[in-house]
Amino acid sequence: MSLPDGWEMVVGLEVHTELKTNTKMFCGCANTFGAAPNTNVCPICLGLPGSLPVLNVRAVELAMAIGTALHSTISPSTFHRKNYFYPDMPKDFQISQYDLPINAGGYLDLPDGSRVSIERAHLEEDTGKSTHLGGSGRIHGADRSLVDYNRSGVPLVEIVSGPDIRSSAQARTYAAELRGILIATGASDGRMEEGSMRIDANVSVRRTGEPLGTRCEIKNLNSLRSLVRAIDFEAARQVELIEGGATVRQETRHWDENLGSTSTMRVKEEADDYRYFREPDLVELVPDQAWQDRVRDGLQPMPAERRTVLTRRLGEPAPALLDALEVVIDLGLDSYVIAALDAGVAPDLAVARAANEIASDLEGLVNLGVDSYVATLLMEQRGELSATQSKTVLAEILANGGEPASVAASKGFERLASGALGEVVAQLIDEHPDVWSRYRSGDEKLAQFFIGQVMKLTNGQANGKEVIAELQARR
Amino acid sequence: MTELTDLSIAEAREGLKRKDFSATELARAHLAAIEVANSALNAYVLPTPERALAMAKASDARIMTGEAGPLEGIPLGIKDLFATKGVRTTACSHILHGFTPPYESTVTANLWAAGAVMLGKLNNDEFAMGSSNETSFYGPVVNPWRRKGSSAQLVPGGSSGGSSAAVAARLCMGATATDTGGSIRQPAAVTGTVGIKPTYGRCSRWGIVAFASSLDQAGPIARTVRDTALLLGAMASHDPKDTTSVDAPVPDYAAAVDKGVKGLTVGIPAEYRVAGMAPEIEALWQQGVAWLKAAGAKIKEVNLPHTKYALPAYYIVAPAEASSNLARYDGVRYGLREKGHDVTSMYENTRREGFGQEVKRRILIGTYVLSAGYYDAYYGQALKVRTLTIDAFRRAYREADLLLGATTPSVAFEFGSKTADPMAMYLSDVFTIPSNLSGEPAISVPFGTGEAGLPIGVQLLGPGRSEAQLFAGARVLEIADGRP
Repeated sequence: MSLPDGWEMVVGLEVHTELKTNTKMFCGCANTFGAAPNTNVCPICLGLPGSLPVLNVRAVELAMAIGTALHSTISPSTFHRKNYFYPDMPKDFQISQYDLPINAGGYLDLPDGSRVSIERAHLEEDTGKSTHLGGSGRIHGADRSLVDYNRSGVPLVEIVSGPDIRSSAQARTYAAELRGILIATGASDGRMEEGSMRIDANVSVRRTGEPLGTRCEIKNLNSLRSLVRAIDFEAARQVELIEGGATVRQETRHWDENLGSTSTMRVKEEADDYRYFREPDLVELVPDQAWQDRVRDGLQPMPAERRTVLTRRLGEPAPALLDALEVVIDLGLDSYVIAALDAGVAPDLAVARAANEIASDLEGLVNLGVDSYVATLLMEQRGELSATQSKTVLAEILANGGEPASVAASKGFERLASGALGEVVAQLIDEHPDVWSRYRSGDEKLAQFFIGQVMKLTNGQANGKEVIAELQARR
Repeated sequence: MTELTDLSIAEAREGLKRKDFSATELARAHLAAIEVANSALNAYVLPTPERALAMAKASDARIMTGEAGPLEGIPLGIKDLFATKGVRTTACSHILHGFTPPYESTVTANLWAAGAVMLGKLNNDEFAMGSSNETSFYGPVVNPWRRKGSSAQLVPGGSSGGSSAAVAARLCMGATATDTGGSIRQPAAVTGTVGIKPTYGRCSRWGIVAFASSLDQAGPIARTVRDTALLLGAMASHDPKDTTSVDAPVPDYAAAVDKGVKGLTVGIPAEYRVAGMAPEIEALWQQGVAWLKAAGAKIKEVNLPHTKYALPAYYIVAPAEASSNLARYDGVRYGLREKGHDVTSMYENTRREGFGQEVKRRILIGTYVLSAGYYDAYYGQALKVRTLTIDAFRRAYREADLLLGATTPSVAFEFGSKTADPMAMYLSDVFTIPSNLSGEPAISVPFGTGEAGLPIGVQLLGPGRSEAQLFAGARVLEIADGRP
């Protein structure tokens, strides 16, 4: 969707990502998703009187890894208290970073060649989770509110981009690329549906060439689809307002996925005064050069670099293959694809089986070594397994383990002897003379009829290409 | 034989070791004293006799098997600001109604590990906000001292008024206390007891209900300098649960008590002679100077510029932190909850009902000074004064090892005499506040009495982690005052 001619949108994103640490940011409670409510809690993350925070070193390392990947400057930093009342925030303040974030500046290069600047990537703690019963489902007007503090104190990094994004598509690309980086650094699992990555979008519009307009902040976008829809809706709303002679009011807006629209949450005048001040319970955080170097040395290659390596190996991949390639990069299956290519597997096959079959059972990856992946694909490529059989073998190994050859044998996937296939084809020609004669006179699509019949008679053991070869030989 | 409750901790340790008496007998003597006197003094808000006897019994067993800790069997009172596992802890505020922590403060855990026995929880000003123990939800504490020829009740100082009164009245051998702006030293001074505010971070803050986190520091109150040193030695530790705690071994404070002051330079800060200071306190201060000189110390006039700004700076920094620290008392999770028609009115009703006047005043001041548009003029300026205070002490300690001054500008006063005028009340802390801003240690030791026969305390101040020297200096003054 695009804006009317002469209009431009200006977008900056604030991405909150939960860090994949074993324990919470300031206490020893487990950082896991999906536990029974209020089971991963202690005096610290419940804010009981006299409790004190102790900073999780792993959270700091992951924040530094994100900053390093985003070309930020890692600096001595401090923690502040952001004061406001909300039932799911046990201390009624959030420990966050303010004027001295751990990561300052930086940039992210996107696959489309554009560059988005990064203002900061700072550490903060997550809040608990409220469920409001009755009313609108929001806190005001609710009959009751339930609070689960399991998420309270989970470490977050907030990555703030510059106002460099000019379309919803670019915003999507930025978020997707950032998600890839968060996964590659080991900082996050990138699971937006579990809330481990949440996005706020600052959107304004202007006539091309004019100064920046008044912005609105859309809170809590939980999927790339919502991000795109919300930005497009909001930019169009603002253009309509201005073209109708009105002005945009600076405010925080709520995105309603079902209505497909944004609505006012609070206007600037109602905004909380957070009364930031230095958190006196924590000392200054000063990562020395040696620590920064260890984090840098421990970083795996980022998606952009891996994309370059893989596309170079694939020659000139078709657009469809590029999408599958993004899945491979996202899931970190590069080594499988590269090993298959090294062994001479065709590029589309090497990518497709990883992006589809492996991707559908990631937990089974422990059962599937790179060698087994390559061996299965080679069997398929040599015609020893049909495509269907090859997928079945991969699924079986992912689920239960095993060697490709023995798994294929145990499933009865033995290649038909070439003579046997010829006999089946000859028999079918005899049984269907009309179809055979139409095929001979040039109706190529009837080959599918014969392939289907052969598969039926051979329990899927035949190879489609070989059936066509047999038909051609008899034409 | 002397009454068991009159013994010092040092004497009681010897008596227990010689098996002159048992820890159980010692605990019973104090429980009996509490039984008799607490209704008049209101020093304890929650005596814990059963726990005391159980702990004393365990102490006796350890003494029998030769496993006695350094404070084995010593009965102590615990300020209600310290979280005690399974024992109600409210900071003497209604808002923590019925709160029983599932955890123990590090300081009390250290004391129990050393063998000490808990007699109960001691009264204090609500959330340690006050200088007279008049703001406690559980009512004021009465100072066991009276003016000569008068029966008028006097305040025991604050906020550790329960601690100072209980120690002075022999309702415990020593007590834990906390000092955010003088809350250990001022009550010690007006009850004739010894109290030390250690270096910031020397005692862990884990499990101590926070008032102003960058200023709060725990310390002991006892009847002698040696007892105070023994207690601090057990309370102090490096604690990984408090990242602001001092990461250094705890010196043997008790061994330092008799080291004297020979060869030390004691500075006399000119700025501590403030208008309105009682002449009798001024006179005793000068006598202290003479005694230290006689004991071999060099005396030197020093300057602590900006001292007059410390008090206003403190009354910005402390309320600012308090306004944030006390936000969590919102009725959602624990303590008091007053119903409301929505979450905001529940917050409002709970906090209106749960907090007392002084606490509300400080929350309002603190919220104001941190607000957008006022931050720079108040909180920002106060932080600059704090830096100047630290700097002034640093310069003074280039010229002197220790500083000597009065602890308080006046002796114990009558109830209600300052409650109507918060500024007059706040002035009680004028000499104690600078060392909270700087994070440096200071000890108050009884030094004579004024005309009305009320105790007066003098204060020795020192640079960071100079507690051992402070104990030695305080001991010289104690001996000079007639307690060899």
